[in-house]
Amino acid sequence: MTAAAQRPVGPEVAKAPPGPPAPAPGQAGGGRSVTARRSLLRALPVSPAVVLLLLFLAGPIAYCVVIAFTDLQLTGQAEESFVGFENFQRAFQDEAFLNAVWLTLVFTVLSSLIGQNTLGLALATLMQRASKPVRTLAGGIVVTAWVLPEVVAGFLLYAFFRREGTLNAILDWLHLPSQNWLFTLPILAVSFANVWRGTAFSMLVYSAALNEIPKEVTEAAEVDGAGGWRRMWHVTLPMIRRSIATNLMLNTLQTLSVFGLIWVMTRGGPSGKSQTLPLFMYEQAFQNSLIGYGTAVALLLLLIGSLFSVVYLRLLRTEV
Amino acid sequence: MTRPPARRRTRRRLAADAGLLVVAAAFVLPLAWVVLSALDPDAGLRVKVPDGLTLDNFDAILTPEITFTPLLNSLILCGGATLLTVVCAALAAYPLSRFRSRLNRPFLLTILFATSLPITAIMVPVYALFVRVNMIDTMQGTIFFFAASQLPFAIWLMKNFMDGVPKELEEAAWTDGASSFQSLLRIVLPLMGPGVAVVTVFSFVMMWGNFFVPFMLLLSPDQMPASVSINDFFGNRGMVAYGQLAAFSIVYSTPVVLLYVLISRRLGGGFALGGAVKG
Repeated sequence: MTAAAQRPVGPEVAKAPPGPPAPAPGQAGGGRSVTARRSLLRALPVSPAVVLLLLFLAGPIAYCVVIAFTDLQLTGQAEESFVGFENFQRAFQDEAFLNAVWLTLVFTVLSSLIGQNTLGLALATLMQRASKPVRTLAGGIVVTAWVLPEVVAGFLLYAFFRREGTLNAILDWLHLPSQNWLFTLPILAVSFANVWRGTAFSMLVYSAALNEIPKEVTEAAEVDGAGGWRRMWHVTLPMIRRSIATNLMLNTLQTLSVFGLIWVMTRGGPSGKSQTLPLFMYEQAFQNSLIGYGTAVALLLLLIGSLFSVVYLRLLRTEV
Repeated sequence: MTRPPARRRTRRRLAADAGLLVVAAAFVLPLAWVVLSALDPDAGLRVKVPDGLTLDNFDAILTPEITFTPLLNSLILCGGATLLTVVCAALAAYPLSRFRSRLNRPFLLTILFATSLPITAIMVPVYALFVRVNMIDTMQGTIFFFAASQLPFAIWLMKNFMDGVPKELEEAAWTDGASSFQSLLRIVLPLMGPGVAVVTVFSFVMMWGNFFVPFMLLLSPDQMPASVSINDFFGNRGMVAYGQLAAFSIVYSTPVVLLYVLISRRLGGGFALGGAVKG
């Protein structure tokens, strides 16, 4: 965790950087303009990055804000016009939109808050005690699921959940009722897929956090007679609470923007039963050609994301 | 008695092992499917041991149309964007790490904020914008957008790695008359080699696996990278040949898995989380 040991450097925490040799006393007479020119020179290397970020990231976001208030369409319209909050009003009266909001909530709570987070913590805890070969094997498998490209993960889970797929084969073998998961419970299937794909991240975060807990602390608790669960609840969890908070934040942000995984598995269907906000946005903008409306949805998504992002920044700040 | 008796520890270890193996078994099923199906002459959707092993599936997909062109497109796209990202990030990180300025903190906070924005959300306006400025369906447009979307995290990561390089060596170079740019190129970057490698590999892996960006910004089939062309196994070609789909998935995933193994060995499992997650 090389980078993790660093802290965001603000002016007050920065160790005084030496900078290039200070101008000789004789030169200092140049005063403000010299300093100004020097800061300009120093800022120069940042400019390619800033230009790229402004043109291709800030630009689209600003454009997003503009066209969310217009009725821009893909076809059959010469010029768009400003429609104010109409797109947003429309969204909140649109049952399909409300459905997408609900499904996004379900997807996030099931797969990120409960699934990835809890399973990741459980795996990290087990790994602390397990023997080395088992730890390496299990860790390797979970991380492989994480490293695979999004679309490949989607196909693997699609095959797993299909009627003729592996899950039903196992259920048949156990004499349990099987069903067409992608049809009856698509949001559950894509949530599980997201757990499969995303748990490694939490596992790595929590493994790192648990490794930093001094052994004496847990041992002392053990001597005091605290059992496994109580130790977890009263000692371990409070000590890693910041990792929990940041991990939850990042998991949620990650999950909010999942598109490819769901697209590959269900395309948001059947009849919108797994259509989260990104898929709803895509459908409105392209299948229904309503770019303005789709962008309004995108803006809402971006706002939710920014909210989480700000909370995340606050969390980091309490640490430094 | 400061430690639990050995027998209890062994029992506990066995319980942990059993728990991990159960989870691992559940996780491995989809992975087993892709490996077994790729070698199965008669692959279906469920995990089964093939009756006979074959490389026919690989044979069938290793054609310019199905595999080589999309992989080459992926390489151009992700390679170009990674190069752009790493160069811009290294340049930007240098003054942020070396010189004190009132602007550093606001800039870094903005960067950190942008790191966690859901990029998925802006793909529709990006599409609209690209149509307007005639950049839609161009490799360079997609490369620029890819680079921009990866830059915040890359700058953040790069700066943190750069902070780890002691400044004394650089000062010596400065007294010898080297410019800042020379000292960045000759002293700082070589010293933070592993850090640069991490940023490079991480950017590349993120883009290689990304589906939505090229899916939106590229239209002509001959420009499609593998992340999008994999969809062709469904629909257009009629019956889905699952064995071939599995074989293609393996060919397409192998580079990123290998790259990941390469750098995670060198830098420990949690490398990628460095900048974003403080433990």
